[in-house]
Amino acid sequence: MPSLKDLKNRINSVKSTRKITKAMQMVAAAKLRRAQEAAENARPYAKRMEAVVNGLAASVKGSDTAPKLLSGSGKDDVHLLVVMTSERGLCGGFNSSIVKLARQHAAKLRSKGKTVKIITVGKKGREQLRRDLGEHLIAHVDLSDVKRVGYQNARDIAQDVLKRFDAEEFDVATIFFSRFQSVISQIPTAQQIIPAPIAETEEESQGSTVYEYEPSEEAILEDLLPRSVATQIFTALLENAASEQGARMSAMDSATRNAGDMIDRLTIEYNRSRQAAITKELIEIISGAEAL
Amino acid sequence: MADTMQFDLVSPERMLASVPATEVQIPGAEGDFTAMPGHVPFISTLRPGIVIAATDKGEIRYVVTGGFAEVTGEHVSLLAERSLLAEELKQPEFDEMVTEAKTSRDATSGPEYDAANKHFADIMEMGRQLGLQASTV
Repeated sequence: MPSLKDLKNRINSVKSTRKITKAMQMVAAAKLRRAQEAAENARPYAKRMEAVVNGLAASVKGSDTAPKLLSGSGKDDVHLLVVMTSERGLCGGFNSSIVKLARQHAAKLRSKGKTVKIITVGKKGREQLRRDLGEHLIAHVDLSDVKRVGYQNARDIAQDVLKRFDAEEFDVATIFFSRFQSVISQIPTAQQIIPAPIAETEEESQGSTVYEYEPSEEAILEDLLPRSVATQIFTALLENAASEQGARMSAMDSATRNAGDMIDRLTIEYNRSRQAAITKELIEIISGAEAL
Repeated sequence: MADTMQFDLVSPERMLASVPATEVQIPGAEGDFTAMPGHVPFISTLRPGIVIAATDKGEIRYVVTGGFAEVTGEHVSLLAERSLLAEELKQPEFDEMVTEAKTSRDATSGPEYDAANKHFADIMEMGRQLGLQASTV
């Protein structure tokens, strides 16, 4: 049975925890809005890039001169997984769910006898993956000094990935990130970026326009595909940033609620034992008086 | 035929412009061209240069360092990796562009060097047109 003083201390400590989680929740909410805005602003560019690349890819597909980024290296042996997670913790299952997806993917590939290489973006994912896939980690991108992810960050990552592709270090690249659905739902997603996946759906409305190209289709595609890789990584980073804040917000919200419940329970216990102490004292006085 | 078309200039981080325009001058990779309403559907890559859009509020000038343009009869979309209003391009920003182009040029060789050198020259030319001199080179 804890003493009254212990209980009082306990209540105070939980109260300060609640203050912290409440503050973190509000900070995350503010950051979430900004992250969502950034993701929103990046959407037109990404969308159009995708549309143009798809249109071009469909017309070049099958020809022998198609760039390697589109047609692939002709092999399917070495897979590169780019796992994007956050730099900070306390955001619920956000990092674990991305890592879990990446791990499943890696296990599947390995069971088929493929080689797996992993690049991690964000400290938290690296820490989790190091445990069982440590020997597959080939590089790490540290974004802990970056306040807001910019296109530059995405381009740096893309350049690194493309350089490795040119050096034939891998055949297929997939990025892992969390797609932002809402504050309570973020969907861990795997997206293949190299070779560029071609949307199979024939869109009549968009695909009907026949474009003229300058320079040639292949040359434009050659120029566009690396940009498209960077754009996809950028989109993923932004989605991830929004998801992270969303996940942190809901995690902190439930932490705040739990702390509130705990305070209520402890207060009841505190009041009970205070009452018990008073009653005990009274009984002692009364029985003392009766004894006389 | 409509006498204006939709002009969109987007960078990865934000949408810079989305206005109706009567004509847009674009620095294409193989030469400047002007897009007007009713232009044939056309896709071209960009070289560093100045985009001039004629809108009902007068001429607006933007600086782009590359990307591509998608032109149809009804709209012009420029997707530029890096882009800003021409008036906003001041000495420090310009110097940064020049230094970046120079370092990437010096890091390459062979046919890639030619392309990078052209990119560098285009940036210098763009600066000259805006009355900017690279202070570092």
